[in-house]
Formats: sequence, C-alpha cells, structure tokens
Amino acid sequence: MDNKKKILVVEDEATLQKALNDVLVQEGYNVLSALDGMLGLDLALKEKPDLILLDVILPKMDGFEVLKKLRENDSQIPIIILTNLSDISDIQKALDLGATTYLVKADFHLDDVLKKIKETLSKN
Amino acid sequence: MINKIIYKVFFKDCRENNLGLWQCPGFLFLMMGFINIASMLGVYVIVREYNVPELVVFSVSAVSVIIFSIGSSAINGFQQIAKANKMKSEFVSIASHQLKAPLSGMRWATDILLRDKNKCLSDKQAEYLKDIQENTSRMIRLINDLLDVSRIESGKMDIGLQTVDLSGILKTVIKELSSFALANNAELVVSVDKDLGSVKTDSIRIKMVMQNFIDNAIKYIGSENGIIKISLKNKGDEVVFTVEDNGSGIPEKDQKKIFDKFFRSGNIAKKQTIGTGLGLYIAKAAVESSNGSIGFESKEKKGSIFWFRLPARNS
Ligand SMILES: Nc1ncnc2c1ncn2[C@@H]1O[C@H](COP(=O)(O)OP(=O)(O)OP(=O)(O)O)[C@@H](O)[C@H]1O
Ligand SMILES: [Mg+2]
Repeated sequence: MDNKKKILVVEDEATLQKALNDVLVQEGYNVLSALDGMLGLDLALKEKPDLILLDVILPKMDGFEVLKKLRENDSQIPIIILTNLSDISDIQKALDLGATTYLVKADFHLDDVLKKIKETLSKN
Repeated sequence: MINKIIYKVFFKDCRENNLGLWQCPGFLFLMMGFINIASMLGVYVIVREYNVPELVVFSVSAVSVIIFSIGSSAINGFQQIAKANKMKSEFVSIASHQLKAPLSGMRWATDILLRDKNKCLSDKQAEYLKDIQENTSRMIRLINDLLDVSRIESGKMDIGLQTVDLSGILKTVIKELSSFALANNAELVVSVDKDLGSVKTDSIRIKMVMQNFIDNAIKYIGSENGIIKISLKNKGDEVVFTVEDNGSGIPEKDQKKIFDKFFRSGNIAKKQTIGTGLGLYIAKAAVESSNGSIGFESKEKKGSIFWFRLPARNS
C-alpha cells in the first residue's frame, strides 16, 4: 500500500517545476507534474491528487480556466494558486473561482511554500 | 523668478514628454488667450472705424477658425501626454512581471542548495550562496516597489482591508531584521500594548511599511551605539506605531520632500548607497488608503521619529 500524499504541480517554467519537484520528493510526497494547463486538467481529473499547485499563466489553458473547469466538475481538491501575478484583482478572481489559497512566487521561499502545503493538507 | 513660474506652469510637462512648442497645451492656451484679447480689440476697432457688418462677421469667423485649430492641437498634445504616461506604466508592469519569473527561479534554486538536507556545501560555498540569495531578494523588493509605484500612479493601488494582527506582524518583521540590526550595532527596544483593538488594513502592505521604518532607522543610524525604540500603542480610537532612532536625522531643508518618489536626503545618500527612495512614498499611499495618517519629526545629527496612525475599534 502506498499512502504517500499525491501532489500535482502544474507549472511551465522549468526551473520552478524542478525545484518544486525536488523539494516535494525530499519531503516524501508523490509528485505528478504537468507543463501546461490542458495536461494539468487531465491529470487532475484522472489521478485525483490530494492537492494541486497551479500556476496561472500557462500554455494551452490558463490556470483560471483549469480552476474553473475543476470546480465545475465538482472536484473539491484543495488548490494552491502559485503565480507571479500580484494585483488584487487577480487574487480576488482566483479566490472567487474557488482557489484554496494564493501565493505570489517571488515573495515566498520554498520552505514557506512547503509550510502552506502542509497547512492546507492538514485542514482537508 | 517669474520666468521660472511661467516655465513650470506652461512648459515643463511638455519638455518632459518631448512635445514641441506647437503641440504643447500650456503654450497653446497662452497663445489662445492672447489671440482672444487681440481679436476682441480688433473687432472693436473695426466696428468703430468702418461700421461694415460683413467685415465684422468675416473677422469673427476668421478668429474662430484660428482658435478652433489651436484648440484641437492642444487636445492632441494632452492625448499624447496621456498616452506616454500609460505606456510608461504598462512598460513597468510588463517588465516587472517578466523579471519576477527568473528571479523566483534563482530564489528557489538557491533555497534548494541551502536546505538542511543538502548539507554538502563548504562554509565558503554556503556563504556565497547566501550572498546570491540576498541580492536576489533585493532585486525582488525593487521590482515589487516599482510595481507599487506604477499602481499608485495609475490609480490602481486597491488594497484589501481586513482585520490584521499588527503585533504579530511586528514580531515577524523584528525577527527578520534582527541580524541586520546586530550587524549595524543597533539595539532594538520594543514595546507593544496588550490590547490594540481591531485594525483594518492590508497585511502585506502594512508589513512593508513597518519593515521600511525599522530598516531606515537601522540603515541611517550613523553612529556606533544606536538605540531604536519601536512601539505599538492603543490611543483610544487609533493605533499608533512609532519608530524612534538616535541616528543621523534629516536636514531641515529636505524634510518636506521625504515622502516624494525617489527622494533620498543628501546627508545619507553618499554614505548609504543601498536604497531607492521608494519606501516612504509607498508607505504614505498604503497608510492613507487604509484611512490612516503618517508623519515624522527629525533633527539632523540627533535622530528621527517616524509614525503612522490607523483607526481602531476597541472591543
Ligand atoms: N530614520 C531615518 N533617519 C534618517 N533619514 C531617514 C530616516 N528614514 C528615512 N530617511 C530619509 O528619507 C529618505 C527616504 O526614505 P525611503 O525609505 O523612502 O527610501 P530609502 O530608504 O532611501 O530607499 P528604499 O526605497 O530602499 O526604502 C531616505 O533616503 C533618507 O534620506
Ligand atoms: Mg527605506
């Protein structure tokens, strides 16, 4: 039996994808990655991860769209939006669409991102 | 003196925006004024001398055409100034977002190398990596500041007002700045009232304001044994945050410009090169959009006290 928590990372920037992947594996999570929104949505629906890290500006389908589709699909998976858009209007839009929390990448160290992930997982 | 005023009122914006004289609204309005007066007098003279109605009609229409074309030229000038401003803030916003992606990459990559679980670095290597991290953080802060400036200028600095825990935020800020204080021989003395009441502001922005007050007090300490008194007090229907230092102070002639964009006072700009002069400009916008007020008192070579007040509701 594999009872590791499964996390899906939807991020197109290679360095960030790699860093998140490494840190999450080090912390003992099962990691799935998608480099575009379409694949992200597919994996989310098929694999039913315990948590999704979702970028907003993505090829093929943007993060807001993915978020909307997932919530329309009645999926309750916690979703952390991880982006560099920092306008209040973007934050509000993500929360309105049903994001669990919103993090601005450049303002957070990896350890802070990790802390948020643990917090979110323990609440659900 | 009068030359200067005329220049400032009529021409300055045009010079800054690269507009020629005949596109410059200030200058065109001045001309329009003169033409108006001259043509009034002209019509008066014509009527008195010749008493030919056709001539009056002709000259009035001619003047109208001239005024109309000058007017449309002026409007054109206004539009160009507006366009230039819009382009400037769009540029800042696009450039900043594009810079944030690679900087996040640098921050996270060095985060990984510096993690406890990757303890394979020599002390020297770790030290240099920390330097990279610090420099990355400085760039990120600069970009965030520029973004805030462009938001303020385009009137889009909406801030989310929520009930915040000011003393908790202060604790974090002090923890983050304690090693910087130590490195500058500055002692931080903190006093916080137990019950602060409930305060509504934007937690990220107000944290930046507190950070900048304390960061300034440490940076501009200018002496060997700096003492910085930090306090959060409940004053009835207001919470007052103050940071008092015994540092280099601000020369009298610079005091009215302290909250201006990019302004740095001459007494410190030479000694302390780190800083862009945006901290207090943004702080003022942030505090005021939370319905608060901000200010300071300072004496050169003696020290300064910076404060902000936010409305509070006592429970
Ligand atoms: N505690 C202080 N003591 C002396 N001078 C100060 C103090 N606080 C602010 N100043 C003066 O006000 C100027 C503007 O401060 P501000 O925080 O806006 O910019 P900065 O610290 O130079 O740069 P940054 O944008 O990085 O904050 C400073 O450059 C300095 O001249
Ligand atoms: Mg400052």
